[in-house]
Amino acid sequence: MPHVVVVGAGLGGLRAAEALRGQGIDVTVIGEEVHLPYNRPPLSKEALKGGVEVEGLHFRRKHDDIDWRLGAAATGCSLAERVVMVDDAAYTFDGLVIASGIRPRHLPVPGMQPPVLRTAEDALQLRAQLTPGKRLLVVGAGFIGCEVAATAIQLGCSVTVTAFDTEPMIRPLGPELGAAMKAHHEAHGVEFRLGVGIQEFHEDGVTLADGTRLTADITIEAVGSVPNVEWLHGNDLDLADGVLTDNLMQAVKPGGGPLEVPVVAVGDVARFPNPRFDDVPRRIEHWNLPTETGKRAGQTLAAVLNGETPTGDFRPQPAFWSDQYDIALQSYGEPALGQPRLVDGEWSGDCIVEYWREDELVGVVGVNRTKDLMHYRKDIGRS
Amino acid sequence: MKIYVDMDSCQHYGQCTFEAPTVFALNDDGKLEYVGEVDDALREQVEAAADVCPMQAITIEA
Repeated sequence: MPHVVVVGAGLGGLRAAEALRGQGIDVTVIGEEVHLPYNRPPLSKEALKGGVEVEGLHFRRKHDDIDWRLGAAATGCSLAERVVMVDDAAYTFDGLVIASGIRPRHLPVPGMQPPVLRTAEDALQLRAQLTPGKRLLVVGAGFIGCEVAATAIQLGCSVTVTAFDTEPMIRPLGPELGAAMKAHHEAHGVEFRLGVGIQEFHEDGVTLADGTRLTADITIEAVGSVPNVEWLHGNDLDLADGVLTDNLMQAVKPGGGPLEVPVVAVGDVARFPNPRFDDVPRRIEHWNLPTETGKRAGQTLAAVLNGETPTGDFRPQPAFWSDQYDIALQSYGEPALGQPRLVDGEWSGDCIVEYWREDELVGVVGVNRTKDLMHYRKDIGRS
Repeated sequence: MKIYVDMDSCQHYGQCTFEAPTVFALNDDGKLEYVGEVDDALREQVEAAADVCPMQAITIEA
């Protein structure tokens, strides 16, 4: 009976483990956090507002015979010897699933590094501080930063958001919709200081690159993420931005050649080509991808371990969601690959924005238009 | 097989409707409607629907 080690106990690791277990393969999952897999998006929204109970965020588990080794991060790996190290403990494997995910990025700026929001513990700590009247400073204007800002406003805090980007969520949404979202936040009382970097962190805020001093009771940093690949160093893998895989989620050598050992990567850490758009490998941090890639990688690895050649055509449709105040943002595809075109409604209200790469529809974002967006799930990209 | 959706959590994103279209649907107002008890033959579809719910609002009983 082949044995698989899954490194990472997030959603991608869970889905891969389930797919393998469903094929009768023994699975050990190594996770850095002490918790069984739980859903992270509520940490900046409902769970932050209502109080964080990680038990309520756990994913449903279909198998009770997966071997969970939690509270221990992988520290090393030798593919040649088929072993993962957790400090001095060695976990040998026939097949490996890389599901180690991402961690928050920190700005290389002097001063006291602010907290981030990634884990249930991070959310608990932040929740305790967000009492009415407190001044919150959010460094970063991506989705997590904007969701935290909206939640804090609803908890009675005053909020300033500062970022080097010129509009909130500009990379996925584009400048027009980003500006519209900024106006929504401003209508709820959020102040923005955009288009300027951070010179220094302080205990009570930051100094911006233009010399402005922003003071706050609480500062939080939400400036993107870094893939967790350090434990894989020393192996013949392409770790330039996450783990390079082929279209069936099999890790490959630098340059693309096959490995001698069965290894797949899933979720936020995997950089894979998606023929729905093109042949360029990308890491995609959208919520539905760990499930899609986890299931696919599980099938691939099970086939390889059974001596079969994995086959199939894997072209997942990325999707993301965000709730801010009474606004439900929803997206299919890869809006960041295209240029925005407003196709229905007004930028400032409920609307549908398509994203085009020349004559190819590559993404869509809807503002409070969930049902009207449904057909895009099959229409976007190459089928 | 019984299905329960926590309508306080549900944001009507409709991802479940792609996986189990005979069980879940969005109505004309864009709100989720679902069948509360279905044949066991649909288990695989319903489990997939529960997996893809961003709010994890779908519970499957027995």
